Amino acid sequence: MIKKEMIAMLLAGGQGSRLGVLTSKMAKPAVAFGGKYRIIDFPLSNCINSGVDTVGVLTQYRPLKLNSHIGIGIPWDLDRNIGGVSVLPPYEKSTNSEWYTGTANAIYQNMEYMESHNPDYVLILSGDHIYKMDYEIMLDFHKANHAEVTIAVMPVPIEEASRFGIMITDENKRITEFEEKPAHPRSNLASMGIYIFNWKTLKEALLAMAEQPALDFGKHIIPYCHQQGAPLYTYEYTGYWKDVGTLSSYWQANMELIDIVPEFNLYEEYWKIYTKSESLPPQFLSSDSVVERSIIGEGSSIYGQVYSSVIGCNVTIGAGTVIRDSIIMNQAQIGAGCQIEKAIVAEEVRIGNNVKLGVGEERENETAPHIYNSGLVTIGEKSVIPDGVSVGKNSVVFGVTAVDDYENFYLASGKTLIKAGE
Amino acid sequence: MRAIGIVLAGGNNHRMRELSQKRAVCAMPVAGSYRSIDFTLSNMTNSHIQKVAVLTQYNARSLNEHLSSSKWWDFGRKQGGLYVLTPTVTSDNSNWYRGTADAIYQNLSFLKNSHEPYVVVASGDCVYKMDFNRLLEYHIEKKADITIVCREMEPGTEVERFGTIRMNEDYRVEEYEEKPLQAKTNTVSCGIYVLRRRQLIEMIEKCAEEDRYDFVRDVLIRYRGLKRIFGYKIRDYWRNIASVEDYFQTNMDFLKPEIRKYFFNEYPDIYSKVDDLPPAKYNVGSRVRNSLVSSGCIINGEVENSVIFKNSYIGNNCVIRNSIILNNVYIGDNSYIDNCIVESRGTICVNSRFVGESGKIRIVVEKNERYTM
Repeated sequence: MIKKEMIAMLLAGGQGSRLGVLTSKMAKPAVAFGGKYRIIDFPLSNCINSGVDTVGVLTQYRPLKLNSHIGIGIPWDLDRNIGGVSVLPPYEKSTNSEWYTGTANAIYQNMEYMESHNPDYVLILSGDHIYKMDYEIMLDFHKANHAEVTIAVMPVPIEEASRFGIMITDENKRITEFEEKPAHPRSNLASMGIYIFNWKTLKEALLAMAEQPALDFGKHIIPYCHQQGAPLYTYEYTGYWKDVGTLSSYWQANMELIDIVPEFNLYEEYWKIYTKSESLPPQFLSSDSVVERSIIGEGSSIYGQVYSSVIGCNVTIGAGTVIRDSIIMNQAQIGAGCQIEKAIVAEEVRIGNNVKLGVGEERENETAPHIYNSGLVTIGEKSVIPDGVSVGKNSVVFGVTAVDDYENFYLASGKTLIKAGE
Repeated sequence: MRAIGIVLAGGNNHRMRELSQKRAVCAMPVAGSYRSIDFTLSNMTNSHIQKVAVLTQYNARSLNEHLSSSKWWDFGRKQGGLYVLTPTVTSDNSNWYRGTADAIYQNLSFLKNSHEPYVVVASGDCVYKMDFNRLLEYHIEKKADITIVCREMEPGTEVERFGTIRMNEDYRVEEYEEKPLQAKTNTVSCGIYVLRRRQLIEMIEKCAEEDRYDFVRDVLIRYRGLKRIFGYKIRDYWRNIASVEDYFQTNMDFLKPEIRKYFFNEYPDIYSKVDDLPPAKYNVGSRVRNSLVSSGCIINGEVENSVIFKNSYIGNNCVIRNSIILNNVYIGDNSYIDNCIVESRGTICVNSRFVGESGKIRIVVEKNERYTM
């Protein structure tokens, strides 16, 4: 049996409820990003680019999209004779069958998978961040320090530090203390949720803490290792890293891709981001089209005007339609004469002719203001919007809607219109 | 499965001018994100032909790169597969392929070791969609020895550079003329044939015995009275890339909505090698009208009535009109390009001007140092 030096465990089971209707039918890592990608493509591409070719993907919440996207890992070259990608859902046991109750509990339940590869190191990743990172360099750092646990951290503005797990280190980057979401942070080094463990250390900690309900890395495993006196180090990362956990940060991260030289550059040859490509044909731009400051995926046809937007694959945008500051995902069909501003239009949405999205005054969303804010309009997957209606800001539409669902062809700002089954 | 496939992809064509200097015609990029051989290969896989040999010779390297994996066309199965057959020196042969029939003869074991009763032989430089199962059914129904796919060309087409066919009312081929000085009909051979595998082996062995090497001249024409040769008429889109003008026109055809719909949106799909490129990017100042743009491109200037292939960069204030920009081209700022084909991996300096005269497309091969610009 070939031994793997380091294997990765990628946590992809979370719902990501703050993405609202975008995650009502799929887990957060499966949400489309940057025109043709899905969020999970970034950690998976990082793995293969870093030489990590054995990846367990832990799924739980609505895994269908994720399963069909990952398949046997061909797009990331993770279809290997030994190792490769394995999708690991929760499973029934002869005693105490349970869901994954916490990040570390999910890893604990897959002890057998890790045992079978018998690695020296285990890399723990989460499937909901946009970044490029060479895990091999982090491993070198881990080895050089004779660490048992290395936590990737990044400096954040001190006023935001209380939202994160904060690490306090000595001059050698060894962790002396840590605080989970402290009110008065004493450092600005925030944990990125990326850990390298010595396999022995991880195994011992998981077994010792197995009975802990909702076993979590930040809350239980890291403190346990620290108590045991294991050397914990921070690996400081200063490149681009974006948590796309909320609609506004998701929208923001997409918009950053269209800068002239974006901070997060998809066009670099030596660190490619791979994804499952469903479409090949080139995109067509008609005689009357205008496209500026935008990125557009394969197979799309543009007959209207697109400014500062991210457009996915196989999208059709009708003549006379004007789109600004929006995200239009794969296979959306948008009719003619529409005006769309600051909207997130999910996959396979059908929008009729002369529809206006993002009109009127800003008003707080009536059902979930913590999700639908920042003036965005969100249209859920496979929704249908009839001809001639207008939709206000901070609003959400999900499901097959007809003119009757709108008051006088208008859905006011802050309204929620959800017609889907659940 | 009832048939295996042979794709003839070894030819060169001097009418492709500089474009075939570094690649086989079958590896010519077409319609933004394909290569010409993709059409024949996709038609075969979509017709459930699972075992396909591609016979290459001229500039084979360009094709090998494209055919490095069979997975794009789904040929990499336990049954069948994609066989790239290049001439090779053996104990009893040290010749190149001396013609299409010789190419098949030198790989006769491919035919002999198969068990499928029929063979579809197709050239790899045509742009079309076709269900070979229907061709096969027609072949069986006609009790034909050889069936030739043919098409009546639009009036005004220079049919003299094809093989022309005259058939009787039952579609039996009565006359076949290869590149006639003066064509008697408007019906041309599409370079796609179906025959029984044993029949083909027999004919090819006979050819080799008589030191004959060309499939059209020494099989089709020689046997036309002796064997039952039938024509199968198609009416759909079919173009053969045999000259720079054909090539240019074929690409420009994809700017027509009905052609795009036929190839891009209607079942079955055309497959190609996937390159993992990011979406195309349009910066401030880009104005793209009636054009196709492929993945990985970055557009800063003006593009009109053009096809931009993968991974190209168009600088600020550029104007690109009625042109084809092949893969991975860099065009420096303030350049003007009209009626040209820009060869792939080219780098065009800032403030350049390339204009093809009307009726004669200019081929631009510019190799400048990209990273000093």
